[in-house]
Amino acid sequence: MGLSLELVQVSKTYNGQVILKDCSWVFDTGLTHVLMGPNGTGKSTLLRICALLEAPNRGRVNYLADDGRPLAPDLDLKRRITLLLPSVGVFNTSVFHNVAYGLKIRGFKKREIEAKVDAILEAVGLAEKKRQRALDLSTGQSKRLGLARAMVLEPEVIFLDEPTASIDQANTEIIEEIIMKMKVEKRATIIMVTHDPAQAERLGDRLLLIKDGKLLPG
Amino acid sequence: MDTILQGFISAFKLITELNPELLKIIWLSLKVSGAALLLALILGLPLGALLALKRLPLRGLILGVINTGMGLPPVVVGLFVYLLLSRSGPLGFMELLYTPGAMIIAQLILAFPIIVSLAHSAIVNVNPIIRQAAQVLGANPLQEALTVVREARYGIMTGGIAALGRVTAEVGAVIIVGGNIAGYTRVITTTIALETDKGNFDLAIALGIILLGLSLLINLAFRALQRMGRTGSGVILWD
Repeated sequence: MGLSLELVQVSKTYNGQVILKDCSWVFDTGLTHVLMGPNGTGKSTLLRICALLEAPNRGRVNYLADDGRPLAPDLDLKRRITLLLPSVGVFNTSVFHNVAYGLKIRGFKKREIEAKVDAILEAVGLAEKKRQRALDLSTGQSKRLGLARAMVLEPEVIFLDEPTASIDQANTEIIEEIIMKMKVEKRATIIMVTHDPAQAERLGDRLLLIKDGKLLPG
Repeated sequence: MDTILQGFISAFKLITELNPELLKIIWLSLKVSGAALLLALILGLPLGALLALKRLPLRGLILGVINTGMGLPPVVVGLFVYLLLSRSGPLGFMELLYTPGAMIIAQLILAFPIIVSLAHSAIVNVNPIIRQAAQVLGANPLQEALTVVREARYGIMTGGIAALGRVTAEVGAVIIVGGNIAGYTRVITTTIALETDKGNFDLAIALGIILLGLSLLINLAFRALQRMGRTGSGVILWD
């Protein structure tokens, strides 16, 4: 099992405009849920609310432990989930230190950090760039770096906001492969936004649509 | 013209011979300005960060005062510190007047607003996505703030260099509170002023050349840091 997530009548309004309206959903653990819908319909907002970065105006986001016990939205819980932002937010330091960041702040030992980061960089094909300045990476490489930075933390729930937007086919394939591995090897619950129906078909176990502020099964 | 030429020749002689008096003056200048800068960084950086990261009440007013402080006339600072430290002043009991300590305080007052203002500006200009990235990777609020400050490090260092440039070249405040005592509170700028008054141009020109050299070094460091902050080249200081 693992961490499970449910939305209960979540609504969000910005400047008087309703973005999300009574969205309720139970996200099955260990599956990839693909969220689709036109631009500006609140997909990213929904991810941010699920990732506990924003509070809904109404309703609630429940994270439940293995035994069904609800978990408080504290730092401990936040460290079991992560969100890959559409713009990665690369730190102005080396590729290694970008990936090591989350481990460092969790107090991992230097040797452990080195081993975990090396393994992840190998998996995302950035091992050769380890000592390079991260800001010098291409857009596709930066996306892979962002994914590596999230993956190294072995999150139980991971939110991916358009992980392959504006990148080439080769990088897209690498990223899709990593997403598949995360699901199969780590049993992570993945909730992902994409505009590409073919990608949704390839990666998704469940398809969700946002239409007129409502969350609907696809 | 001959006097100036002769002055330059003697000045170069003093520099190449590593004249002990010259070295002592340079060393004291670096010590006083270095200590003032260090203290200004210790006090100013947290304030700059706080103003940039927290929605404090009266933030606009505080920033307005700080920004005004960047243009403080050194003589006025000298007068203010003199009044504070003079025997009848509120801090007179510390007996700091005419000591390097008084000069450090005066230079600290000059450097502090520069550090606060430039640190604030550097931190405020960090892309908000950096803070979010730290947040989604599990940083607590303090770790988030430190991450943003670290991203602003080139801008903060630029502020440090700008402050160092201001205090090393300053004469008005240190001459009032330091008194220009030979071997004790005499620094590069006050020596230049004194020796020029006396018509002893050799030492004044030698120190002038050194001060210009220091300014050049500071300016080069300033530009290098700005370049490193902007482009992909440069040393990764975080490693």
